[in-house]
Amino acid sequence: MTATATSARSDLSELGRSETALRTFLHGLPGVDQVGAEQRAAQLGTRSIKTTAKAEAIDLAIRMVDLTTLEGADTPGKVRALAAKALRPDPSDPSCPHVGAVCVYPAMVPHVAEVLAGSGVHLASVATAFPSGQAPLEIKLADTRAAVAAGADEIDMVINRGAFLAGRFKEVYDEIVATKEACGDAHLKVILETGELATYDNVRRASWLAMLAGGDFIKTSTGKVPVAATLPVTLVMLEAVRDFRAATGRQVGVKPAGGIKTTKDAIKYLVMVNETVGPDWLDPDWFRFGASSLLNDLLMQRTKLTTGVYAGPDYFTLD
Amino acid sequence: MFEYAPAPESRSVVDIKPSYGLFVDGAFVDPTDGGSFKSVNPASEEVLAEIAEAGNEDVDRAVRAARTAYEKVWGPMPGRDRAKYLFRIARIIQERSRELAVLESLDNGKPIKESRDVDLPLVAAHFFYYAGWADKLPYAGFGPDPKPLGVAAQVIPWNFPLLMLAWKIAPALAAGNTVVLKPAETTPLTALLFAEICQQADLPAGVVNIVTGAGDTGRALVEHPGVDKVAFTGSTEVGKAIARAVAGTRKKLTLELGGKAANIVFDDAPIDQAVEGIVNGIFFNQGHVCCAGSRLLVQESVADRVLESLKRRMAQLRVGDPLDKNTDIGAINSAAQLAKIRELSEVGAAEGAERWSPPCELPERGFWFAPTIFTGVTQAHRIAREEIFGPVLSVLTFRTPAEAVEKANNTPYGLSAGIWTDKGSRILWTADRLRAGVVWANTFNKFDPTSPFGGYKESGYGREGGRHGLEGYLNV
Amino acid sequence: MSERVAVRKTYKLFIGGKFPRSESGRSYLVQDSNVSLASRKDARDAVVAARAAVKGWAGATAYNRGQILYRVAEMLEGRRDQFVALGAPADEVDAAIDRWVWYAGWSDKLPQVYGGANPVAGPYFNLSAPEPTGVVAAVAPEAPALLGLVSVIAPAIVTGNTVVVAASPAAPLAAVTLAEVLATSDLPGGVVNVLTGRLAETVPTLAAHMDVNAVDLTGVADAELAAELEVKAAENLKRVLRPAPADHDWYADPGLTRMTTLLETKTVWHPKGV
Repeated sequence: MTATATSARSDLSELGRSETALRTFLHGLPGVDQVGAEQRAAQLGTRSIKTTAKAEAIDLAIRMVDLTTLEGADTPGKVRALAAKALRPDPSDPSCPHVGAVCVYPAMVPHVAEVLAGSGVHLASVATAFPSGQAPLEIKLADTRAAVAAGADEIDMVINRGAFLAGRFKEVYDEIVATKEACGDAHLKVILETGELATYDNVRRASWLAMLAGGDFIKTSTGKVPVAATLPVTLVMLEAVRDFRAATGRQVGVKPAGGIKTTKDAIKYLVMVNETVGPDWLDPDWFRFGASSLLNDLLMQRTKLTTGVYAGPDYFTLD
Repeated sequence: MFEYAPAPESRSVVDIKPSYGLFVDGAFVDPTDGGSFKSVNPASEEVLAEIAEAGNEDVDRAVRAARTAYEKVWGPMPGRDRAKYLFRIARIIQERSRELAVLESLDNGKPIKESRDVDLPLVAAHFFYYAGWADKLPYAGFGPDPKPLGVAAQVIPWNFPLLMLAWKIAPALAAGNTVVLKPAETTPLTALLFAEICQQADLPAGVVNIVTGAGDTGRALVEHPGVDKVAFTGSTEVGKAIARAVAGTRKKLTLELGGKAANIVFDDAPIDQAVEGIVNGIFFNQGHVCCAGSRLLVQESVADRVLESLKRRMAQLRVGDPLDKNTDIGAINSAAQLAKIRELSEVGAAEGAERWSPPCELPERGFWFAPTIFTGVTQAHRIAREEIFGPVLSVLTFRTPAEAVEKANNTPYGLSAGIWTDKGSRILWTADRLRAGVVWANTFNKFDPTSPFGGYKESGYGREGGRHGLEGYLNV
Repeated sequence: MSERVAVRKTYKLFIGGKFPRSESGRSYLVQDSNVSLASRKDARDAVVAARAAVKGWAGATAYNRGQILYRVAEMLEGRRDQFVALGAPADEVDAAIDRWVWYAGWSDKLPQVYGGANPVAGPYFNLSAPEPTGVVAAVAPEAPALLGLVSVIAPAIVTGNTVVVAASPAAPLAAVTLAEVLATSDLPGGVVNVLTGRLAETVPTLAAHMDVNAVDLTGVADAELAAELEVKAAENLKRVLRPAPADHDWYADPGLTRMTTLLETKTVWHPKGV
C-alpha cells in the first residue's frame, strides 16, 4: 500500500471540539452511490478463488474469526467450550490455526479468560449496554471498565444510533472518546449498526466519526437487528479506513459481523479487502469476522481441500 | 500475500471445427469464388479455424436466398410466428450460453467474466425483447401497418461479435426482414455458431445468411443492388464510405460508428463510484468499445484525489488469460489493433502527455496492452481527439461546468458521455447540453435491449435498441 | 388625376433575420422582378447565421416554439391575398397556413410521442428524448412553391433546428414573401434563412459544409445531383432526407418522418438509490 505516500497528512483532531465542525466535515465527505457501490461489491463477489488460494483464504479466515456467542442463555460452561474450540477449532488437525478472538458478554469474560490465558487468542467483550446502547453514559462506561477488568482486551461498543440519526454527532463522538478512555489498553471496536443507518452515506459518516473519535476498529453490526453485515456496507467501511489512513496515517481495522455463514461468503470479504485496501489489512489485527456458525463451514471446506472428500456437520463440534 | 490461483473456464465446452463454410439458404456451403482466411485466438496466436471468404458471387447467392425467403416465407409469415422463432432462438442462446461465451472469449480475447456476465445475457435479452415486437408492430408508433424493408445487409465489428449480431438480426427479423450478415474477419466464430442455432431453431432457410470475409466481402454486400437496407457498426471512416456507397439509392441506412466520449467528474461526485465508472468506462472489453469513456474530464479541485484513486484502482486490474475467471482485461483483438494502440500511445507521449501504467506482467504470446492513462492532456493532443479503441485513457481537467460541456462537445463524435455529481439539477443541466446519444449519469457502459443506443454527429445515425431500433427496419 | 405609381418590391435573400442582397451583386428575373442570385458565399453566410441561432432556438421552450409557429400561421393568414396575387392557388395557400398550425402543435408533443421512459432491467431511471440535430440545409420542391417550402421548413424548425433553405429557382417570390412573414412572426433571426438562385450553385456548398448537420434533398429533382449531394453529405455524416418522389402528395398528412429524421435521440441513464 502506497496510497498514503502522496497524500498530505491532515490533523483532524480538532474536529471533535464542535458540533458544527463535525457536521461540516462529515457532510463534506464524498457521497456514496448505492447502485454503484452494490455493483462493485457484487463484482468482487464473482472472483473465483480455487485450490491453493482457497486453502490460504480459509486459514486466514479462521484466524480472523471472532467466535461469538451473545445469548441470554449463555452459561460459563457454554462459553468455556466455545473458548476451547477457539483454541483448537479442528482437534483432529494440529495444523489448523486458532481463531482471532472469542466474543462474549461482560459477565462471561472471566470464564473465557481462564481458558484463553496466554494463548494468543484475543478476548473480546461487547459492552456499552449492547446491543441497543440505550443506557446512561456512566453505566455504559462502567460496563466497559468491568469487561476490561475481567480480562477483555477488546471491547465492542455500540454507537448511539438515535443521536447519530438525529444529527447529534458530537454526542456520539464524545461517547466513543469516553469509551475509548475507559478501555485503557484494550482495543476498541465501534459497532455502527449499519442496518439502522439506512444509507451508505450514513455508513461512511459514521465510520469517519468512529475513527475520528479514536476507534481502533469499525464494526458493522450487533447481529441483533434484521440487517447485519453485507458486502457493500463493508466495502464502504473499507474505503473509509483506506481514506482515513491516507489522511491521518493511522490504520483502523474493520469487522463485518452477523450473517456471514459460509466459506464462500468469507472469501468474498477477503477478496474485497485484498482489492480495496490491500494486503495491509489481510491480517487478524486489521480484519475480523464476527460470526459463530461460519467457523464450522470453514473447517468443513478446509477438510475437503486436504482430504478431497466433502465432510458433514456431524464431524465438527457444535460449540 | 493473497494470490489468486488460476481459475480457467473449461474449453472443452466448445467444439471448434477445423474449417467453416458460408451459411447461405439454411446450409453451410463452400465459397464459389472466394478463398479462405484464418481466425486466431488473440491471447495465444493459435489458429482456431479456417474460415471461408465470400466473394461477389457468394454474396449474390446469399442476397438472392434472403430475397426468396423474404418473399416466400418470412414476409408473408404472421408476426406471431416470427415472434416464436425469435423466442426459440433466445432460449437456445440461454441454453448454450456457456459454450457461446467461451467461444467468444477464445475468438475475441475478451475476459470470460465479461462474455459470460455481460455479452451473453444481453444477447439473449435482445432476442427476447424484439421477439415480442414481431406481432405488435402496429403499436410501435410508426403508423397502423408498418411494412418491412426487404433484405437487410448487416456488417458488424469484432468488439462484441455476438452482441452486435443480436443488435442487428433481432430487430430486422422482428420487423419482417431477412438478413445477410457479415461478421468481422477476426471474430467470425460465434456468428457461425449462431448459424447452427438458427438451424437448431428450424428457422426457415434463407432468413438468416452469414457471409464471412473482410472488407471486400462487406463492400460487395453493402453495394449489392438487391439489398434494401444497410446497417453497419464499425469505424467512422468505413461508415462514411458506406454512406457514399448508398448515395442515390433507396437503401435505408443506419450507422453506429466511433466515439471519443467524455466522462465528466465534478468535484461533488461520489468519488469511489466515479473511479469504478472511469475504470469500467475505459477498460471494459480492453477499451474496444465505441462508447468508451476515453476522455476523462475531471474538475481541477478534485483531480489529484481522483487520479490517485484511479491509479490505485488500476493497479488491481488483472490482465491476462481471457478464459481465467478472474481476468479483468483480456487480449487486444488483433495485431493490427495492437499496432494502432501502440502508435497513438507513442504519439501521446511524444506530444508531451505523461504516460502511466500500473506494474503489469503481460503474457509473451498474443496481443496485449497494459491499461494506460495519460495525464496533462489538452484538447489539441491527438490522443484527446482520435479514437484509440484500446485501454488508454486521456485525462483532462476543467474548472467550471460550462468549460466541461464545451470540452466534452469539442469533437466530431457524439456517441456517449458520462456525468458524475451528487447534484441532480447539475446532472440534468449537463445532460441537456451534451451532444451525445447516450448519457450515463453516475454510471457508465450500461446497456439494455429497451434502451436506444446510437450517436450524434460523426458517431452515426439511427438508433439500435428499444422501440427506436425498429424504425431502421421498417418502411417509415 | 394621374394613376398612382406603385411601389415595387425588391426580392432579396433572408439571412440572419435580415434581407441582404447577394454579396455577389447578381440577380435574375422572375415574374418581372429581380431576384437575388445567391452565391456560395451567401450560402456560407447563411450557415453561419443558422448556427448562431441554434443555441437560442433549440434552447427555447417547446411551448414558445409552438407559439411562434402558430404566429407564423396568423401572419400568413393575413397575407393570404398577397400569395394568391403571386400566383399561388388559394387552396395551396390555405393548406400552407394549415400546415404551420399542424406543425405548431407538434412542438410539445413530439418529444412525448417519440421519446419516453425505457424499462431497463436494472435499478436505473432511463429516458429517451429527441433533440434537434442542429443546422439543416433544405431544398424546397419546385412545386407547389409555397406549400412545398412550408412543408420543408416547418418540420425542421418546430423541434428546434435552424434551417438554410434553397427556394425553388423557378418560383422564388413566394419564398421571399414567406421570409417577410417569418421576419414579422417573432421568429428569432437566423432560425430560417432563405436563399434564392441556382441550386447547382448553393446546394453543393451546403451539402459539403462541415457545420451543417443534415440535408433535406426533398426538392432535388435531378437524381444525379441528388446522389452527388448525398456523397458530399457523407463527409461529416449529415442526416439525409432523400428527394421526394415526383408524385408526392403535398396535401396529405405529412407523418413524422420529416421531423424525426432531423432529430437525435438522447438517452440518459441514472441509478435509483438512496
